[in-house]
Amino acid sequence: MSASALPPGLPPGVSIPPGLAIAKLPPDILSDVKPRRGIWGFLGRYPAIAIGGSLLFLMIFVAVFAPFLWTKDPTALAPALRTREPSAEFWFGSDMLGRDVYSRVLYGARVSLIVGFAVAFFASLIGLIIGLLSGFNRIADSIIMRVMDGMMSIPPILLAIALMALTRGSVQNVILAITVAEIPRVSRLVRGVVLSLREQPYVEAAVASGTRTWKIIFKHILPNTLAPLTVQATYICAAAMITEAILSFIGAGTPPIIPSWGNIMAEGRALWQVKPYIVFFPAVFLSITVLAVNLLGDGLRDAIDPRLAKRI
Amino acid sequence: MTKRVLEVSDLKKHFPIRGGLLGGTVGYVYAVDGVSFHIDQGETLSLVGESGCGKSTVGKSVLRLFPLTSGQVVLNGKRIDDMSTGTLRPLRRQIQVVFQDPFSSLNPRLRVREILAEPIRNFGLANSEAEIDEKVGQLMDKVRLPRDAVNRWPHEFSGGQRQRICIARALAAEPDIIVCDEAVSALDVSVKAQIVNLLQDLQAELGLAMLFISHDLAIVEHMTHRVAVMYLGQIVEVADRKQLFGAPRHPYTEALLSAVPVPMPGAARERIVLQGDVPSPIKPPPGCRFHTRCPYAFDRCRKEVPRLQDNGAGHQAACHLHDLPAEQNPLLNKAPPTAFRAA
Amino acid sequence: MSEMDNRPMLLEVDNLQTHFRTMDGVNRAVDGVSFHVRSGETLAIVGESGCGKSVTAMSILRLIPEPPGKIAGAIRFQGKDLLKASDREMRDIRGNEISMIFQEPMTSLNPVLTNGQQIGETLRLHQGMSAQQAEARAIEMLKLVGIPEPERRVREYPHQLSGGMRQRVMIAIALACNPKLLIADEPTTALDVTIQAQILDLMRDLKTSVGAAIVIITHDLGVVAEVAERVVVMYAGRKVEEARVGDLFRTPRHPYTQGLLGSVPKLGSSLTGETTRLAEIPGLVPSLKQRIPGCVFATRCPKVTELCRAVPPALQEKAPGHIAACHYAEVEGVAAA
Repeated sequence: MSASALPPGLPPGVSIPPGLAIAKLPPDILSDVKPRRGIWGFLGRYPAIAIGGSLLFLMIFVAVFAPFLWTKDPTALAPALRTREPSAEFWFGSDMLGRDVYSRVLYGARVSLIVGFAVAFFASLIGLIIGLLSGFNRIADSIIMRVMDGMMSIPPILLAIALMALTRGSVQNVILAITVAEIPRVSRLVRGVVLSLREQPYVEAAVASGTRTWKIIFKHILPNTLAPLTVQATYICAAAMITEAILSFIGAGTPPIIPSWGNIMAEGRALWQVKPYIVFFPAVFLSITVLAVNLLGDGLRDAIDPRLAKRI
Repeated sequence: MTKRVLEVSDLKKHFPIRGGLLGGTVGYVYAVDGVSFHIDQGETLSLVGESGCGKSTVGKSVLRLFPLTSGQVVLNGKRIDDMSTGTLRPLRRQIQVVFQDPFSSLNPRLRVREILAEPIRNFGLANSEAEIDEKVGQLMDKVRLPRDAVNRWPHEFSGGQRQRICIARALAAEPDIIVCDEAVSALDVSVKAQIVNLLQDLQAELGLAMLFISHDLAIVEHMTHRVAVMYLGQIVEVADRKQLFGAPRHPYTEALLSAVPVPMPGAARERIVLQGDVPSPIKPPPGCRFHTRCPYAFDRCRKEVPRLQDNGAGHQAACHLHDLPAEQNPLLNKAPPTAFRAA
Repeated sequence: MSEMDNRPMLLEVDNLQTHFRTMDGVNRAVDGVSFHVRSGETLAIVGESGCGKSVTAMSILRLIPEPPGKIAGAIRFQGKDLLKASDREMRDIRGNEISMIFQEPMTSLNPVLTNGQQIGETLRLHQGMSAQQAEARAIEMLKLVGIPEPERRVREYPHQLSGGMRQRVMIAIALACNPKLLIADEPTTALDVTIQAQILDLMRDLKTSVGAAIVIITHDLGVVAEVAERVVVMYAGRKVEEARVGDLFRTPRHPYTQGLLGSVPKLGSSLTGETTRLAEIPGLVPSLKQRIPGCVFATRCPKVTELCRAVPPALQEKAPGHIAACHYAEVEGVAAA
């Protein structure tokens, strides 16, 4: 080995004895470009979160600022201007009562998002409580889980329709009905997570350290269920939006006076063959929103799953 | 007179197997089936055996991590096997645990300080936050981790360092006995030596008793005072380290010792390779549980359950061979499986 | 004097580098490792987790996902550079000429195929056997690896077997095509001692009956001593020592190997009254995400000097057939540097 193979920056005072065998280190084969850190690096690694998140953000923006986005009163009737094709005046056309479909679709986003978020929140919260309870109490578990099995044997949409049939149509009742229909799935998920966490050595060590049960639940179990629960919540949110649209479409959901995507589609159904745009635009918005939420959920799942995150 | 810290008699733990349409009990896993032993202050007793022999279940039983099927567990003179969880909670301070997997043994969402403070708070071992901080610092010193690491998260540590944190958590309760459930098995060779030395130093310093559960016989021989060999939920042999490793009195122990690969190339010794697999603990064989794999089994072994018998020097083994005349006993009169001649 | 090894060269790994791009820099998992395996030889690669031994094995079969990984150097198998082979050529080599056994017998078998189908799959794929021929060969293989009642077992599923039996099936699959090289990555780590003894016995028997060369990757020095002819010791992505197994255990030359051997308690220690305290290697393995300019073991070495931190030692033949990368390891017959 020649002296030129020496690494640069030999510290002072170190001399190389003659005849020393020095290894020639191979050069790096990958450039030392670190992946971007921070929020932009994160979004770059999880494009599903970036795309889903921005689409969802756009929908929230549309829903919140609907009055300022060149909309008209979504409920104003104009019998003279019925079923107009999309034009400069009616961007998405007008329906059979002469209402502006563009305005109705934008305001309709409010119902969908409120129902989606509210159901996701309440179903997760109640499911979390039920799941924790049944994961920690055998007797409660056997009773609760049989009830949940019974509820799960009915398709959620039928359960929601049945519940809606018992009440008056209102957004609150829609939320309530869909929440009840979604609870069994969340409870099962949380129960499964709780049962596997209870077997974790750190929980057993906490028991051996004299930690009380309620403290084990809140300090050791609950924080570790939140990640999978958040992912599940996004899927519930997407499912709830679809269920709301179906309920409204068959007239068992949001009252017709409130514009919701399901209502708009229901009203446009009769004219589908001649005026397809009345159904088309709310359907596109619903699809995009559901897609956005699902993408976000997939992205979060990938980001949380340690097996994928811990690449060598 | 040394103090008896733990005394276990005829411990049984049978796990019900649920099945069928209504989730009824269709059978039992006889994980631990009548195990007795004791550990004195400052003493290490090792439980060795292969996976499924019930050694970890014994550990969790004496920690009362689940209710026991039957038997007595006496901790510092008090029976804890039938205590209510509320009465037991303050007594848990006396017996602590270190598990195998350093990655799942620490809650990923708690900082080291919080992990170590938990037992101190639970058992009321400090009167103020400042005192807790001081105790946590002392614990870090004891396990030779830097004090300023207490504000870090578990994932920032290597496996060996995490295992030190687990040991510190066990010490935080100021216990009399620590159960080490395969505590060094998952660690790398050089780290394993560090942790083994640490455990030995702590035992000498604090006079701890230790229940050392392991399948690694070389480590056990290095660490332990006494050894109990388990097979299918029962102890088949108990003895002092030298007795057991020098002259095993049970065919299973003999085979186990001869099967350990030793880091001596070409070391000449007689190897007994056991045929077949460990039978299921759901249906343990009748008679001696080892008879299906025992190279010396005879008729009596298939019918009659052998009891642990003392040879007069405190060396107990459960084997019918010892009822034979000594010259017919294949276990005696030969070189131990741990004596090697380098090639 | 070293006896000449005349067996033909089978595998030559030359300056292998396997790097991974990660969140916090490039991980130089394997950084310039060279070794060779002759036909019918058993080579052990030993080291602790993170030393790059498993990545080396995966690199030989090109099982490293690229990206985030990247492999450089040369891997010549029977003279052919595998790093230049096409994906198709690699598929023909994997499982046929070079096969691999993994640590975990529970997850390495497909639960929905019978044992016979799993063994037969490689035969039908690589050797174009018919289903009947493949099953006949599967039964033969099961018999070879010592599974009782092979005619019945061949139609059973992996879950009906115990862990040790599954590892036997894995070995049967690996050997079905008569490979020239078998790579065994921690083949007995997940097994119990008595079962491990059975599998090691089996591997020794198979070596004489089948004649495949074996690269065994393990952290267990006991396993190394039992099966290997020659040993490569890896540390932090580099090879630090290589020797015949007897030489390595008798006179380890690299301080890391010395530390490793000293930190393992030996069975029978209580009888001979040997040391009561294990030798520790203090400290931690260095991060591979920074380039290490000097010796990789410098941070933990008891003999370290400034020279070691600055200048990487070359692998040097310290005794016939015994090479080590340490400035201070004596060369036999020459006074210390």
